[in-house]
Amino acid sequence: MKELLEDESGKKILLLGNEAIVRGALEAGIGHGSTYPGTPSSEIGNTFEKIAKEYGMYFEYSANEKVAMETAAAAAASGVRSMAWMKHVGVNVASDALMTLMYSGVRAGMVIVAAGDPSMHSSQNEQDTRFYSQLGNIPMLEPTTPQEAKEMVKYGFELSEELELPVLIRTTTRVNHARGVVTFDDLQEADGDGHFEKDPARFVAVPQNSVRNHPKLLERMERAEKITEKSEYTYSIGVENPELHVISSGAGFNYIREAKEEFDLPISILKLGMTNPLPIDTVKDFIEDAERLLVVEELEPFLEEKVKALAKEVNPSLDVYGKKSGHFSRLYEYNPDRIKDALSDLMEFERKEEPLETEEHDLPIRPPSLCPGCPHRATYYAVKKALGDREGVFSSDIGCYTLGVQDPLNTADYLLCMGSSVGAAGGFSKNTDQQVFAFLGDSTFFHSGLPALVSGVYNQHDFVYVIMDNRTTAMTGHQPHPGTGKTGMGDPAPMLSIEDLARGAGVEFVETIDPYDIEKTIEVFERAIEHDGISVVIPKHPCALIEQREVRWEPYQIDQEECKQCHICTDRFGCIALVREGDEVMINETLCVGCGQCAQVCPFDAIKQEGK
Amino acid sequence: MKRVNLEIVGVGGQGILTSSQVIGGAALKKGLDVYMSEVHGMAQRGGVVVTTVKIGEEVYSPLIGKGEADVVLGFEPVETYRAIEQASKKTWVVTNTTPIVPFTVSVGDEKYPSIEHEIIPSLQKATDKLVTLDAEALAKEAGAAITQNIVMIGALTATDVLPLNESEIKRSIEDNVPKKFVDMNIKAFDKGYQRTKDIMDQL
Repeated sequence: MKELLEDESGKKILLLGNEAIVRGALEAGIGHGSTYPGTPSSEIGNTFEKIAKEYGMYFEYSANEKVAMETAAAAAASGVRSMAWMKHVGVNVASDALMTLMYSGVRAGMVIVAAGDPSMHSSQNEQDTRFYSQLGNIPMLEPTTPQEAKEMVKYGFELSEELELPVLIRTTTRVNHARGVVTFDDLQEADGDGHFEKDPARFVAVPQNSVRNHPKLLERMERAEKITEKSEYTYSIGVENPELHVISSGAGFNYIREAKEEFDLPISILKLGMTNPLPIDTVKDFIEDAERLLVVEELEPFLEEKVKALAKEVNPSLDVYGKKSGHFSRLYEYNPDRIKDALSDLMEFERKEEPLETEEHDLPIRPPSLCPGCPHRATYYAVKKALGDREGVFSSDIGCYTLGVQDPLNTADYLLCMGSSVGAAGGFSKNTDQQVFAFLGDSTFFHSGLPALVSGVYNQHDFVYVIMDNRTTAMTGHQPHPGTGKTGMGDPAPMLSIEDLARGAGVEFVETIDPYDIEKTIEVFERAIEHDGISVVIPKHPCALIEQREVRWEPYQIDQEECKQCHICTDRFGCIALVREGDEVMINETLCVGCGQCAQVCPFDAIKQEGK
Repeated sequence: MKRVNLEIVGVGGQGILTSSQVIGGAALKKGLDVYMSEVHGMAQRGGVVVTTVKIGEEVYSPLIGKGEADVVLGFEPVETYRAIEQASKKTWVVTNTTPIVPFTVSVGDEKYPSIEHEIIPSLQKATDKLVTLDAEALAKEAGAAITQNIVMIGALTATDVLPLNESEIKRSIEDNVPKKFVDMNIKAFDKGYQRTKDIMDQL
């Protein structure tokens, strides 16, 4: 992605929305970037990781989103343009800092990118993050395309400086993970050389200061109300005297616009770019003489309810269609079909193509799964072996290891959010007689597992705390973290020891084991279960996807003469390279990475490497 | 020009992102507008991957509706069938026949249908514009199974639906694969292209 550093105004390039966001920041002269990875925002960090040093800015993977928000806030307070980005639920983690940051505001521009995930392609919920803009009085922009995302990030820094407030840019998967043609503007040199001018009345949020800073925030937002009326990202397209008026923002706008062009629909669309504060006069003008209005926005009726309130003032007879009327759902992302379904109830138009008529087949579902060679599978297998007939409660967490929820492992019983495995495990241990496990990864441990560990030791919870250390942040694309010995800039870093941290917190039972040695791992878990209080077990083995870049092992095969078709390998261990046809089990040689875990599981030594 | 919609489907790890970038890159070079949706994150761990590529003078959204694909390019036969409602009678359905059996089948929760006796006959019944090819075998002939995705690009190019010709796509392959693998990938492209032309001649 070195192309992003080219100072070639006018150049057209195909960029992922997330790469376009990076380019926008570079065109604004960003000096500080911080994040914790999370889909669909991760590629923003992955891209900065590759170019930050050469560009001359500072970039870090913070331990969590709250830290990312706070470091970026301090940079902006010191006069350095900064950006913090995260997925929508990451904003929840950072929100404590964010709500008060709005009171003190910023000096240099600060942009916050909150990447939503309607339809939950890779998330635990699909909350509509736009409501944070109201909760915190945060100016908000909603881009619709990669090009607009780039422009809005760049403009966001200017707006932030004009208002002295951080600016929220709210994206969704179909912007972050859309790839489109983006036109470069001039590159700016990285901002730097910050100096913090002290101003405690502004930057120290004690009550006597906050009572003065809250009204200041409201004054700033009053200024924003004027700016939003003139935003170049808010515009209307369509015909005069339309049959239907439409108000839209975000990814939903793309589909309604496309339908308008494709079917030559007699509609007029007001596309809103800055949606907090809402451009009240612009909206009023648009709906004043309208008869029918459709509101197109994904998830909650954020705009719809405000528009309805405005309609009461200026056009009480206006029919407003949207979520309340049943034309749209509050669930999941939109697509061309959902837009056309809504439109077909409101106006006449003919769909062009009929889908093929096909016979029904029961197609097998294909959920994502733990990779062949994944060390987590061995850990889960060992836990269940150690438990034997006893019932375990498995408190899970956010990461690849959540995939243990599937057959045949079934090692996820409860999950809320990043770090929740540990607090919930404590709650289960205090309120049930069941044997409780918390499963979380190394990166998640640093993110939010550490305070929960301290709390658990203090309150004398009793569970097995399994920190599945695969030496990376795997699910989001292998970012470094405080335990990897490498920073986001690629520099060497202190390698924090999970063992030392656990011992330092007062845990007596701390053991590290390579889960590839399944027998020993079972033995460690047997002892951990017997131990009273919190026992920390750290199954430590590199993520298979990383390890397989370095090593090549011969695939295994099943000796059909030795195989007794007991199906322990498929029904208890369940590596995806093991394929069952009838009673016969075979190994898919393309998928098998030769880790040999299944060979350890086989009681009849029927799984062998070629030539051995 | 009329907008061209491609629905590319398969399984995480099959090189679908590279394929869509080959096509998108070639279109951009020709001065066309391109808009694509990609899949990153959890689904890449062996889940279903659906990528849409839209090319035209001006493209407004990255997704397509039912029946709107000009080509459904399936890297895996069951995934082709899962995406079939994106196709109409006008759509070319181009599918690899090499199955990737999901683990839900291996652990006995689900059944994988017969490609030869169920999926392909159903596709044949539904449409005349069908190309089936064993991309894995062709990729191995070209040098390595990993070039399956480029075999599929060859097959796609052979349908003549793209506003891009053979040499424009080949140049984009050179831009998008590591230098030492270019020859092998060009060979893979030719194999997919030729096989598809042969099949189309017989239709």
